Amino acid sequence: MSQPELLSQDFELGFTYTRSTGPVVGRFLTDLRDRIIVGIKGSDGKVYVPPMEYDPVTAEELSEFVEVGQSGEVVSWCWVKEPRDSHPSAVPFAWALIKLDGADVPMVHVLRASAESEVSTGMRVTARWAEETRGFITDIDGFVAAGDES
Amino acid sequence: MKDIAIVSFAQSDCVRNAGAKNEVELIMPVIKSALGAAGLSTAQDVDFTCSGSCDYQQGAAFAFVLGVDALGAVPPIKESHVEMDAAWALYEAILKIRMGHADSALVYGFGKSSPGELPTVLSQQLDPYYLAPLWVDTVSLAAMQARMMLDQGVMEEADMAAVVARSRRNALANNPHAQLKGEVAVEQLLAEETWVSPLRKHDCCPVSDGASAMVLCTVEKAREWGKPYAVISGIDHRIETHNLGARDLTRSVSTEQAAAVAGVSDGAIEVAEIYAPYSHQEIILTRALGLGSETVVNPSGGVLAGNLMMASGLSRIGEVAQRIINGDIKRGLAHATSGPCLQHNLVTVLEAA
Repeated sequence: MSQPELLSQDFELGFTYTRSTGPVVGRFLTDLRDRIIVGIKGSDGKVYVPPMEYDPVTAEELSEFVEVGQSGEVVSWCWVKEPRDSHPSAVPFAWALIKLDGADVPMVHVLRASAESEVSTGMRVTARWAEETRGFITDIDGFVAAGDES
Repeated sequence: MKDIAIVSFAQSDCVRNAGAKNEVELIMPVIKSALGAAGLSTAQDVDFTCSGSCDYQQGAAFAFVLGVDALGAVPPIKESHVEMDAAWALYEAILKIRMGHADSALVYGFGKSSPGELPTVLSQQLDPYYLAPLWVDTVSLAAMQARMMLDQGVMEEADMAAVVARSRRNALANNPHAQLKGEVAVEQLLAEETWVSPLRKHDCCPVSDGASAMVLCTVEKAREWGKPYAVISGIDHRIETHNLGARDLTRSVSTEQAAAVAGVSDGAIEVAEIYAPYSHQEIILTRALGLGSETVVNPSGGVLAGNLMMASGLSRIGEVAQRIINGDIKRGLAHATSGPCLQHNLVTVLEAA
């Protein structure tokens, strides 16, 4: 009996669709690409950064965008001594809740510092942009102590 | 509305790595044990079955379906699943019974966390645009919550260490399934280095493999079976916004709301089993639940002694129910949580018949 022909096919695991981020998340990410940070005003008058699509209290649709500053204050933080492989830093760094100037609600992002002793609650920090911005939250490479952004 | 009774509960040991045992092999012993204690032999003997687990742990869509192999689902059974802790599978089963669609149910939860890096896996359940791409892990989020509490002076590091010392001591005295147990002094704990500062390793629950299971039914059915039981006198769950910055992380508003609806303050709470994956969260939760010195908190050691991701919430309820079934206490509460920094909370009040 002759050897049957083996069927073979290359297979690449992936999601073969793109997803629209919509008018709120999309606006925020597009502005990040242009190195601008925007928030959105909630029903309570608070400015949420990053912008939320729906009000966290009333569930109302939100649409009033507000450009906020690229510097702000550390509301809370933790020090990562042993970064995980997935973390956006190979050397020790901080995660921080950062309230940007003009915002009422803090956002989670990376705070780059050379030692834990250089980080404190209430410290002023400034966004440092990635070399290439592509419309992702990681367009902000991280925050650094104000005055250290260069 | 029909009163609902918990008739039996079983849990596996919490182990760091169950090795070659797969999920079905983790589930089967606890199901057999819970059914046996209720005088039943298979899942065919209850009207409904519901499980809680997380596909992210196995890294495959619909991975929970494999768990059904543990049931012997032929001939077909009525079955459901929640992508949540099995405490919420219990909630679904309660609704099913209250609606009159079932008189009895088997609930189980399982998690094998050892093959992955759990805090990293859970980072991918966060906001897909604002948080998941940063890979911020759940330990780090909890650490920022703890820092806020320390900064505001609502607790001190020694209070956190005291929670851990009590957990280890209680686990040693009362919990043969615990992964971490022993006598350890607060000073000893505080002398350890920080891990994700301000948290030390011991402030964080361990990562465990295992499963737990429970049989519940109407009170009428429990009497028919002739088994002792604990009555669920109140249950409620509430969730807060996914925006961490918009929450007051130093308290748990959703727990306060659920506790009020569940009727926690309608009587004395002898025992409270609380799902606090981090030491400071137990402090937040005991305050949110309004517990005082008359309540024994986490006699099992809680999840700081062993955390079966997706089953530990059900186990909290089982720990309290079992104490009532054994006749040790008359009234207690169990709490379950889900999501980062106590986002979603479920409170159950249990009473003797």
